[in-house]
Amino acid sequence: MMQTFFSLARQELALTLIIFTLLFIRIGTEELSPKAIINLVNGLLLLNFLLGLLPFPGGMLFNDMFRTGALQATEKNMLNLGMLIISLQSYHWLLAHRHLAECYILLLSSLLGMFLMISAGNLMMFYLALEMGAIPLAALVNFDLHKRQSSEAALKFVISSAFASGLLLFGISFFYGSTGTLVFAELPGKLTGNPIQLFALVLIIAGFGFKISAAPFHLWTADVYEGAPVAITAYLSVISKGAAVFVLVNVLYTMMKPLSASWYPILYVLSIVTMLTGNLFALRQTRIKRLLAFSSIAQAGFMLAGISGSTREGMAATVYFILVYVFSNLGAFGVVAVVSALTGKEETSDYTGLYTHNRGLTWIMALSLFSLAGIPPLAGFFGKFFLVLAAAGKGNYSLVLVAALNMVLSLYYYLNLVRMMFSGKEGTVPLPAITLHRYPYAGLLICVIGMLVAGMAGSVYGYIFSISLAG
Amino acid sequence: MNVSFLLIVPMLTAVVVGLAANARQVKLFALAGTILQLLLVAFLVMVFLQQPGYNQPGAILFEVSYAWFAPLHINFHAGVDGFSVAMIVLTSLVVLAGVLVSWKITLLPKEFFMLLLVLSAGAYGFFISLDLFVQFFFLELAVVPKFLLIAVWGSGKKEYSAMKLALMLMAGSALVFTGLTALYFAGAPGAQSFDLVHLGQYKIPVQTQLYCFPLLFTGFGVFTAIFPFHTWVPDGHSSAPTAASMFLAGISMKLGGYGCLRVAVYLMPVAARYYSPFIVVLATIAILYGSFATMMQQDLKYMNAYSSVSHCGFVLLGIGMLTRVSLDGAVLQMLSHGLMTALFFAAIGMIYDRTHTRMLGQLGGLLRVMPFISSVFVLAGLCSLGLPGLSGFVAEMTVFMGSWPRQGTLYRVSTILACASIVVTAVYILRAVAKTVFGPQDNPVYADLGDAGWYEKVAAGLMGAGILFIGLLPFWVLRFITPETTHIIQQAGNAIPLK
Repeated sequence: MMQTFFSLARQELALTLIIFTLLFIRIGTEELSPKAIINLVNGLLLLNFLLGLLPFPGGMLFNDMFRTGALQATEKNMLNLGMLIISLQSYHWLLAHRHLAECYILLLSSLLGMFLMISAGNLMMFYLALEMGAIPLAALVNFDLHKRQSSEAALKFVISSAFASGLLLFGISFFYGSTGTLVFAELPGKLTGNPIQLFALVLIIAGFGFKISAAPFHLWTADVYEGAPVAITAYLSVISKGAAVFVLVNVLYTMMKPLSASWYPILYVLSIVTMLTGNLFALRQTRIKRLLAFSSIAQAGFMLAGISGSTREGMAATVYFILVYVFSNLGAFGVVAVVSALTGKEETSDYTGLYTHNRGLTWIMALSLFSLAGIPPLAGFFGKFFLVLAAAGKGNYSLVLVAALNMVLSLYYYLNLVRMMFSGKEGTVPLPAITLHRYPYAGLLICVIGMLVAGMAGSVYGYIFSISLAG
Repeated sequence: MNVSFLLIVPMLTAVVVGLAANARQVKLFALAGTILQLLLVAFLVMVFLQQPGYNQPGAILFEVSYAWFAPLHINFHAGVDGFSVAMIVLTSLVVLAGVLVSWKITLLPKEFFMLLLVLSAGAYGFFISLDLFVQFFFLELAVVPKFLLIAVWGSGKKEYSAMKLALMLMAGSALVFTGLTALYFAGAPGAQSFDLVHLGQYKIPVQTQLYCFPLLFTGFGVFTAIFPFHTWVPDGHSSAPTAASMFLAGISMKLGGYGCLRVAVYLMPVAARYYSPFIVVLATIAILYGSFATMMQQDLKYMNAYSSVSHCGFVLLGIGMLTRVSLDGAVLQMLSHGLMTALFFAAIGMIYDRTHTRMLGQLGGLLRVMPFISSVFVLAGLCSLGLPGLSGFVAEMTVFMGSWPRQGTLYRVSTILACASIVVTAVYILRAVAKTVFGPQDNPVYADLGDAGWYEKVAAGLMGAGILFIGLLPFWVLRFITPETTHIIQQAGNAIPLK
């Protein structure tokens, strides 16, 4: 029993270990230097990532509350990698921050919640893990205590997050009421598609809609992303969203499979509305974090399109896209984090002529934006192509056409930013040369390599396909 | 020969250029790389002609296939036939010439040549790929370098033009993308594929053809300036730096024509016949509109850009007529227009570099100060108006000969109108040549200008030789093209018998 516990929950245990180490350091008498803490956490995260690459047995724990397998382990490892990249990229911000250890403790607690959520085998467990992932984030959004905007963002986050949880809980209670069970494995057999279950389905999808910031539940996104420190914004837009999408796919493809005729139209509409909202609002943004916020809303629309395919290809494409999205979005956020931490500039116009003194940073930003826009040979192209291909499997090409035209729409603001970085204008002073510590440098490099390799090497998709479920 | 080398050489060159230490090395590496490309392509032509059965309809040589995304049945499947070999030759010539005419570039030379090389890799990849996914990959690969080349190195309202071009081309590829997914799912479950050869053998249901064909044809059509989606051409071409204009007009617009013929018409012959009146009408509008719009232009680059719309209209007309000879003509026109326009843009670029103006009203009497450049300008102009002995005549003549046998009032009228447009072409070309090259030399500043440098001479010589070659030995060129057009017409089944 103990042995299976240690082998199945090893990713969660490793995270817990890091959290407790940090706690002991914090309450211990001897103060560790900030650099030492960062080195320690980065090292342990890397170790955890490497251990996560080992083959993973599947199984259940705690009376089927916790289940895991190759798919779950891979998903968690992706998030772990994302966490490592964020930690590396935010080096300059973290180093300057007084509450460094607390920041890590909160971030990792949230990540632990996401891990447990991915492995949840029971709706109750799922709900608890979800809250565990969300509550530390509220504190983190407000982590720059001196900024008023951060407090505002945190309050917005708390309220919208609580509202989403309320919707989810409401939906879960209806499911329990109509089926008498909360166990994922037992639910599909008891779903009949009666009105109360459909209502519950709508509530649960709405709750997820908040978490992945799908329109019309996206209203908190831009303000919170803008107010939060860049590292937390990156975490929210990549890790938190990624985890929610993983669980959404899992819930829809396994537990809600009998209701797929009901959720397909919901996802279809949500996907189109989300893509259009994200892209149209992004066109007019002048602050880079808001721009990326709306772009990440639009990306969520693409993910929903892929999920709506409800085939094994759909699941593989969604999981694959999250991997691609981790690299692409963190590449962009990484550059923003570095620029923001070292120069304090967060407007898009500040990036005018960035190429003059910061060639490397400009290329990384440009590649990330191209990847987000879905331009080959970067991974984003493959990610989006497969998502839309999966959506087309339903035979509904209207969604394909809308998605493809949305890619054109999004190209406008991505390319506009790229053009500004490369050409510059007379009368503006470009940002001075920025020298990076080796950590943020490494973090950005991982993203670039990831964007190139995850796309061009077909085996990455092949592996994800092999561990995905048949829909 | 493994056709993947056509991708590896430009990509490696781009990497080497990226590692170069100074501007001089950058140029030398880029030149060496593009010369290597040309040699490789020459070798390809040689071995291609030695293969038995290269002139059999539907023969694909040097096939390679590597699994890429196995669960989705996507393979890196590449190979060449005569049609693609012809396009590859065109690409290698224009790219080498593009590097040469950019010899004096001072703004960020390393990035400029890297982007140009990536563009050439995209074009080769597009022409060799036999898997529609791979082909689409290369089609999109080329969009961003074009955008950057115009937005950063361009002139005039470059930001507007670059964005317009990128968005319109991406919208075109969005249509292609939608059409491709529909083709993919037209296959039986479990045997779905993007493979061109596989799809060619598979009879695509008529219903699917009828809604896929407009998507694919219009999508590729945007690249080749199908009316009314031609508006990126004038702005894009005229704002682009010389080498990018050459590439855009010379190769990029041919990607569209190649795609229309190779993917849309070849895979969906029933729909091609069904929609052919529409294509013919749009092509005729483009031809007439393009040539009349050209007459009104004062800027030489705009002039050439609008005349490109008109000339690419002949490509579409040839495709729309759906006879073997008209398809031959369309392909010849693609080659001829590629070389001729690139040469024209090169000449305009050389004139602009020296006089700093492209306006007809300000130029005059250039023959006296720059005889070589002026001769090149005249040669390109004469080719454009279809002087016998040059490639333009051969190509347009073939299109007309192929169009006439197609019965029906609409087709006859279109053919006559298209023929008549040549008169308009003659008007604007002769006017431009007379004003720029001959005519009085009013501006004393021009008296001290120098003629072309060695690099410009070589670049112009390459393309000029190509124009003469096609013009004088068209049947040698047709040996490459006819097997493919025959194959496409066979695919179409009941082709119109040629008289």
